[in-house]
Amino acid sequence: MLTILFDGIAYGMVLFVLGCGLSVTMGLMNFVNLAHGAFAMLGGYVAVLAMQRLGLPFLASLPLAFLSAALVGIVLERLIYRPMYAKSHLDQVMFSIGLVFMAVAGTDWLMGSTQQFIRLPAWLQGRFEIAGIGIGRYRLFVIAICGLLAISLQWGFTRTRFGSRLRAAVDDARVARGLGIPVNRLFALTFALGCGLAGLGGALGIELMGLDPTFPLKFMIYFLIVVTVGGTSSITGPFFAAMLLGVADVVGKYLVPQVGAFIIYALMVVLLITRPHGLFARARA
Amino acid sequence: MRAESFDARVRQALYANRRWHPAEIGFWILAFAAYLLFPSHLLLLNEIAILALFALSLDLILGYAGIVSLGHAAFLGMGAYAAGLLAKHVTGDPFAGLACGMAAAGLVGLLTSPLVLRGSDLTRLMVTLGVALILYELANSFGSLTGGADGLQGVMMKPVLGQFEFDIFGRTAYLYSLSVLFLLFLIARRVVHSPVGLSLRAVRDNPLRASASGVPNGRRLAAAYTLAAAYAGAAGALLAQTTQFVSLDVLDFHRSADLMLVLIIGGAGYLYGGLIGAIAFKLLQDAIASFTPQYWMFWIGLFLVLFVLGGREIIHSAVKTVAGRFARLGRGGAR
Repeated sequence: MLTILFDGIAYGMVLFVLGCGLSVTMGLMNFVNLAHGAFAMLGGYVAVLAMQRLGLPFLASLPLAFLSAALVGIVLERLIYRPMYAKSHLDQVMFSIGLVFMAVAGTDWLMGSTQQFIRLPAWLQGRFEIAGIGIGRYRLFVIAICGLLAISLQWGFTRTRFGSRLRAAVDDARVARGLGIPVNRLFALTFALGCGLAGLGGALGIELMGLDPTFPLKFMIYFLIVVTVGGTSSITGPFFAAMLLGVADVVGKYLVPQVGAFIIYALMVVLLITRPHGLFARARA
Repeated sequence: MRAESFDARVRQALYANRRWHPAEIGFWILAFAAYLLFPSHLLLLNEIAILALFALSLDLILGYAGIVSLGHAAFLGMGAYAAGLLAKHVTGDPFAGLACGMAAAGLVGLLTSPLVLRGSDLTRLMVTLGVALILYELANSFGSLTGGADGLQGVMMKPVLGQFEFDIFGRTAYLYSLSVLFLLFLIARRVVHSPVGLSLRAVRDNPLRASASGVPNGRRLAAAYTLAAAYAGAAGALLAQTTQFVSLDVLDFHRSADLMLVLIIGGAGYLYGGLIGAIAFKLLQDAIASFTPQYWMFWIGLFLVLFVLGGREIIHSAVKTVAGRFARLGRGGAR
């Protein structure tokens, strides 16, 4: 049971890294980017290609995944995302679904529709036991990395100048702009960071979630749950939402496999109905 | 005295809107004439008619009530499975199946309407998406009833009205689907041009003001949502009956996304948008599928992006100038 819990936490950690970028961009620009998963997929494929074609070690492919997704994110933001900010939610949703469809079909065309695998280094394979709890080495590694990321993100968000500007912009972009905060540049940076994190999460998640061209569609709903449940005004909200989701999903699939993903969707609908502004939302003036 | 004349003016405006435009009559004559004009493409025409009905359903809630939905496939699938199961286990009569599909989908619409009516657009998008995904998972899990991933097989249909047998060329299928579409269109037309339809538009444009002038917002929206769900159920039932097969695909997310594209192409809020969009969409799909069948998804994605980025305005302004010319021609005759 505790082993399952441990797996769930690792899964939730990856979901957090995948989803936190989305929550910040959604909060900052009020932009619904369903194509977030496409950046994660990009990172995953970059990692796979770097290891298979270039023969890079696993650890070196992770920063590569981050950088490539961030780079593509910054370019796309400048070119095609920017005109979308002023449009309605419906238009934004249609637009980003279009991007997802293109990413899915394009990846299928480039890479084939088969599941991709990576070979983990030997020191990350296998599992050991502590006090009767089986702990996978790779899962421990994922938890360590994602935990460090979460802490540094939280620190950056609450303690640095960049973070305080970002929070100001999320709370009220107009006033922030009036105070001389370069909201657009801030947003481009945050968007790139979020995309990069998604790419990193995609690379880390290959082993846990699998990777094939339908990845952005399959996990779209997961990111959305993380964001809608966690709220968009903090790092801790999405973090706990991701933990909850990861544990619920893994435990649900182990204990009642026939119900499948049903639990997750039901959970989302119930939470959206009862807490429409997120589980940990502050009251907004 | 003044109130009476105001009343009369409103009445007159409603009647004026309700009058049939010559272009509308021409549209429907063409639709029925297509049966004779394109005898070798009846299966495609049948698909167009069904998609048009499905789009009409979304137009009712999106164009008139302003409810955004990313999960309209839920009702299509509900209608398809209800009609398919009825035909398989109880009776193969098409009209019974149609009624059953509409009732089942309408019921789901009524039950889920309290969920949809809360919250902002974003919450609505998520909740409708969630409802559709839940139904998909349910249909997948209850394989013994729905056939799961293999689809529902063994749907046997009786002839329409006891006379017209469904054939492989889609002759009966097209006329049957088109007749249902026409009938339901008439009802929808009557509804949106009635005071109820007017109040829906009021709720869409300014909910606060609508409720201040005495419109029961929640009840109206719930009624519209239920009606639209029943329409989508009818489309699903037609799909199940004319193909005599139901697969999980009817509940799939891409159905809802395709439908959005249909309405974006045709434009929402004047009833014909869904029909015109359905024609354009299916012809496009047919054309693209003939040279690159497997990457259809890429093209639909590209169209979505281009449409939202600005193509929509260009197309609609072009259509409006053309329609304006036609309208002037028509008005010349009417007045």
